[in-house]
Amino acid sequence: MDITFLLNGESVELREVPATVTLLDWLRETRGLTGTKEGCNEGDCGACSVMVTDADGARTLNACILFLPQLHGKAVRTVEGLSSPDGTLHPVQQALIDCHGSQCGFCTPGFAVSMATAHLNGDTNHNDALAGNLCRCTGYAPILRAARAATDQPAPDWLKADQDFFWPEISSGGPGTAGRGADSPPPTCHAPHTADDLAQLYAAYPDATLVAGATDVGLWVTKQLRDLDQVIFLNRCTDLQEITETDTALRIGAGVTMDRVHTLMKTHHPSYAEMIRRYGSTQVRNAATIGGNNANGSPIGDNPPALIALGATLHLRHANTRRDLPIEAFFLDYGKQDRAKGEFIEAVSIPKQADTLRVYKLSKRFDQDISALCGAFNLTITDGHVTEARIAFGGMAGIPKRATQVEAAITGQPWTEATVEAAAPAWAQDFAPMSDMRASADYRLTAARNMLRRAWAEDQGHATRVLEVRP
Amino acid sequence: MSVNKPLPHDAARLHVTGRARYVDDIPTPANCLHLAFGISPIAAGRLTALDLDAVRAAPGVAGVWTHTDLPSGCDCSPSNHDEPMLSDGTIHYQGLPLFLVAADSHLAARKAVALAGIETEAATPILTIEQALDADSRFEEGPRIWTRGDVETAINRAAHQIDDRIEIGGQEHFYLEGQAALVTPQEDGDMHVVSSTQHPTEIQHKVADALNLSMHNVRVETRRMGGGFGGKESQGNALAIACAVVAAATGRPAKMRYDRDDDMIITGKRHDFRIDYRVGVDEDGVIEGIEFLHYTRCGWAQDLSLPVADRAMLHADNAYFLPAVRIESHRLKTNTQSATAFRGFGGPQGVVGIERVMDHIAHVLGRDPLQIRRANYYDRSEGGAAPHSDKPSPPGGIFAAKKPRNVTPYGQDVRDFILHEMTDALAKSCDYATRRADVAAWNATHPLLKRGLALTPVKFGISFTLTHLNQAGALVHVYQDGSIAMNHGGTEMGQGLFQKVAQVAAAVFGVRTEKVRITATDTGKVPNTSATAASSGSDLNGAAVRIACETLRTRMAEYLAGMHQCPPEEVVFDGGRVSVGGQDMDFAEAAAFCYAGRVSLSATGFYKTPDITWDRLRGEGRPFYYFAYGAACTEVVVDTLTGEYRMLRTDILHDAGRSLNPALDIGQVEGGFVQGAGWLTTEELVWDDHGRLRTHAPSTYKIPACSDAPEVFNVALWDGENQEDTVYRSKAVGEPPLMLGVSALMALSDAVAACGSSYPALDAPATPERVLAAIGTVRA
Repeated sequence: MDITFLLNGESVELREVPATVTLLDWLRETRGLTGTKEGCNEGDCGACSVMVTDADGARTLNACILFLPQLHGKAVRTVEGLSSPDGTLHPVQQALIDCHGSQCGFCTPGFAVSMATAHLNGDTNHNDALAGNLCRCTGYAPILRAARAATDQPAPDWLKADQDFFWPEISSGGPGTAGRGADSPPPTCHAPHTADDLAQLYAAYPDATLVAGATDVGLWVTKQLRDLDQVIFLNRCTDLQEITETDTALRIGAGVTMDRVHTLMKTHHPSYAEMIRRYGSTQVRNAATIGGNNANGSPIGDNPPALIALGATLHLRHANTRRDLPIEAFFLDYGKQDRAKGEFIEAVSIPKQADTLRVYKLSKRFDQDISALCGAFNLTITDGHVTEARIAFGGMAGIPKRATQVEAAITGQPWTEATVEAAAPAWAQDFAPMSDMRASADYRLTAARNMLRRAWAEDQGHATRVLEVRP
Repeated sequence: MSVNKPLPHDAARLHVTGRARYVDDIPTPANCLHLAFGISPIAAGRLTALDLDAVRAAPGVAGVWTHTDLPSGCDCSPSNHDEPMLSDGTIHYQGLPLFLVAADSHLAARKAVALAGIETEAATPILTIEQALDADSRFEEGPRIWTRGDVETAINRAAHQIDDRIEIGGQEHFYLEGQAALVTPQEDGDMHVVSSTQHPTEIQHKVADALNLSMHNVRVETRRMGGGFGGKESQGNALAIACAVVAAATGRPAKMRYDRDDDMIITGKRHDFRIDYRVGVDEDGVIEGIEFLHYTRCGWAQDLSLPVADRAMLHADNAYFLPAVRIESHRLKTNTQSATAFRGFGGPQGVVGIERVMDHIAHVLGRDPLQIRRANYYDRSEGGAAPHSDKPSPPGGIFAAKKPRNVTPYGQDVRDFILHEMTDALAKSCDYATRRADVAAWNATHPLLKRGLALTPVKFGISFTLTHLNQAGALVHVYQDGSIAMNHGGTEMGQGLFQKVAQVAAAVFGVRTEKVRITATDTGKVPNTSATAASSGSDLNGAAVRIACETLRTRMAEYLAGMHQCPPEEVVFDGGRVSVGGQDMDFAEAAAFCYAGRVSLSATGFYKTPDITWDRLRGEGRPFYYFAYGAACTEVVVDTLTGEYRMLRTDILHDAGRSLNPALDIGQVEGGFVQGAGWLTTEELVWDDHGRLRTHAPSTYKIPACSDAPEVFNVALWDGENQEDTVYRSKAVGEPPLMLGVSALMALSDAVAACGSSYPALDAPATPERVLAAIGTVRA
């Protein structure tokens, strides 16, 4: 694939780029830009953070699981491009020096990039902006001091140039797979621009790997060392990135990033939004899509429990055939979904309702940790009684799954502690979770059961959230 | 003067701009090969067949090595010659390197490794402490036992007896830069090694040994590491040796860096411990007799486990006088990664053991744990460095009639004990008493959330316990333009050693620190160095550099004094200038005069720590030159439904003596605390029943993230100075702050205790799951 992008202000054109060369390897090994570091090669440490700017603005991404074709038409800025060409430091760089924010220095370029992006976007929630950057030396205190110290400094002009950058071919078609001669070997890397093109392409190459944010497929390449024969990149399908709101539903395109879902849910379902705040990290949410998180079928994906509890519908498409599916019906068994070859998720729709949703994510670490379990409770209480209950969990079975016995045990009952306790035995009927490195089966079951207690206690006005306790 | 100033890290500007070079950032030499190990899929047994044809045929592969292809056993051990680089047929753990691949790229080498056909005959692995005890699988012939007094009688005669057990998990170093080495072959068989190591001399020694070379044939350079924490004291040996073997065999440069998962699977971690304790205390909670059983899981090879286990025993007292004490230490051999050095080197595990005892005593007696801790502290020292042994206790105290309570279980007098004063100051500044009451009141009105508070002290012994390691060398040049180049045996892993030592050099010459060029650690410049470990970096190397600089300054002063007909003592080096006999000149001018006067402007410096002796078998002597102290108070809140928790506030007062650089020292304290708290809370290593490490990447192994640092985090340095004659009266600061993190574990225990009446007996790491289980315990 041929691509063009801006790197630290300079245009770069690359021809015949293989589908799965990561930006990190290319920067370090081909371009000799070694400021961007490899710390984990799986998107968990942030040492490879780069700033990527397009029409939607600037955001931080992990270069280790970012494939070069995903960058077409965008502006990339690495740590080497944060300071001005004459060597003037970016305010966050100067603040890191002044506040003693680096010790061994290996994570520092990634922090500087994340801080510069947050600074540019006026984001002052530093803990969230930096949740995807691990530091082992400083204990973070001086880094946070630096982030706060730089807040009031203006963003340097040399960074603003990236925002003016726009490649018309993104919307007009641009380089794709067309224009090959009849003798050319069949293409292995595709980048359709519309859902219609995608539908035709995927029908023609049903064994191809779809790549949206690459937060999972990236690891197939960097960790499992898999060769991908056919790759279809989705990020140019702008019509998959639309959010439409009607009187009755929110329709979220499969290509909408989790960062945008986060923003959307702040107004509709704040508890869901709070869970997404802890989903991956800023870098991961900027890449990961809601379609990918569902299509992936993981039993510990964090969106499905909430979407099941909300009664969401998946919109699937194969060529020109579309079908709708209640999302819980999509997950058939561990590693198996109700998706035909060549069929893809086009969107997910959430019916509008008064917000009664509570989502509880449980993990060893609050930020950027995969859930041991994640529970979503959508309970309708009318006149002190549970009139409708939709409860779904991830991490409790081979698939994201509803707690139907618990739902039955509380539906129609008064919303009281006695009802919650009476439902306690039903949990073991719904779930027989496994033990693994994240949690034991016992803990999973106990914690799930306690989450219903928490939901009840919240309704009684009890303080239940450690994150809201101040010193 | 440049010492005592909060100057930034010397490489800060390089760090923030991405221009600081680590091993993998060095422009790759032409024709360089990239290496990867193929590792064992099982934890114990035999390698029965290894089909490497597909590996050899893979794209880009230049060579494959097995044990029998190596020029020697290629031993990687820092101690016992028990670590052949590649398996000799026996499999000791899941992750043991079996073969070595060299290819055109890092990715090609990794991909080729996956093509190997590995056949094994599995044996039942010994994985746990219990399994190792059952099989009597251990290092040394039996447990080490140090005893003082009639322990049994003391415990049994006491008013209260308490016995229990704590399990303490290990810890992955998670240095952000993985292990890495680059070897370039030189003429006549010599090797140039660049290694991310805390111990260049050890790399030099092991590479020479592997290739049957003399040490003068191997030169090792280390400019910086992207974090070490003990994980690069011995664990880099295999990579450097592998590169040297390939470089010698092919004549091509060779580079090796572990992928993160490989790094976590192959390399050693902090030792996990089980500590059983039995203690007898009086009505006030004062210990009369105590017995500790330390069970240490050392992994498959000896590595540094013996001194680690020793140091755990040496810190079984932490800050407390133990009148009758018995410590029995079992060093168990298991089919897991060979546990290795990690910041604190066993000390933290020993400290956790006694802090658990203090917490338990307080619970049994219904007292505030801080009251129990204070009651057991070593006696207040009288100040000064005079020998203490014949000095009586302060008169009038409750122990007035007793012997001085200042002697450690291993017979060293504690002459510099300042924790009474530090604890008073911290308790006041963090408002401990008021908050203790506030926590109780808050807990009374919150059924589902509970707060907890704990203030814990640290006393940490400074010196290598292997006495001969307490030496350091330096090489300093003054050039004729007045610029200064400084080199010493210490390595820079982020702790700011180079900056602190440069400040020492600048202080001697009276110049700005920028005048001192810091150069990479290089075995060709300073030989026979000790590892940068045991917190000794600035004590040893700072002193050696000061001695070298003073030698040069004396030579310069004598020459200049002769020129100007004045006594050498009247030559003053200050403010970048040299004044002599009424004349005043720039330092550069002075250097030029000295050069023209044929004065040698290059000098070595050598330092060895005085006054230390240690008999490790008997457990007696003065292993430590002095102690460093600290205290931390942490407040947490716990969710009793899930076991989730937050650290709300931490206040720390730490003793760095007369700090060489307060900003860098505070950085060590903040970072050490968070790393220690992470060890005891979210950092959980999980092996499955087959001995496979399941937490081998940051996706599953959770070090603290940004929001995990306490929301309120007050750190101050104690205003004091070292009683011993260390460099500018400073104290070591690398390891001690890690143990401040113990306050987080004890605060969690305090919060859990608020849920019921039984003792929480909270094990570490106190994951949300363990916290919830402990809540179940106290309610039972």
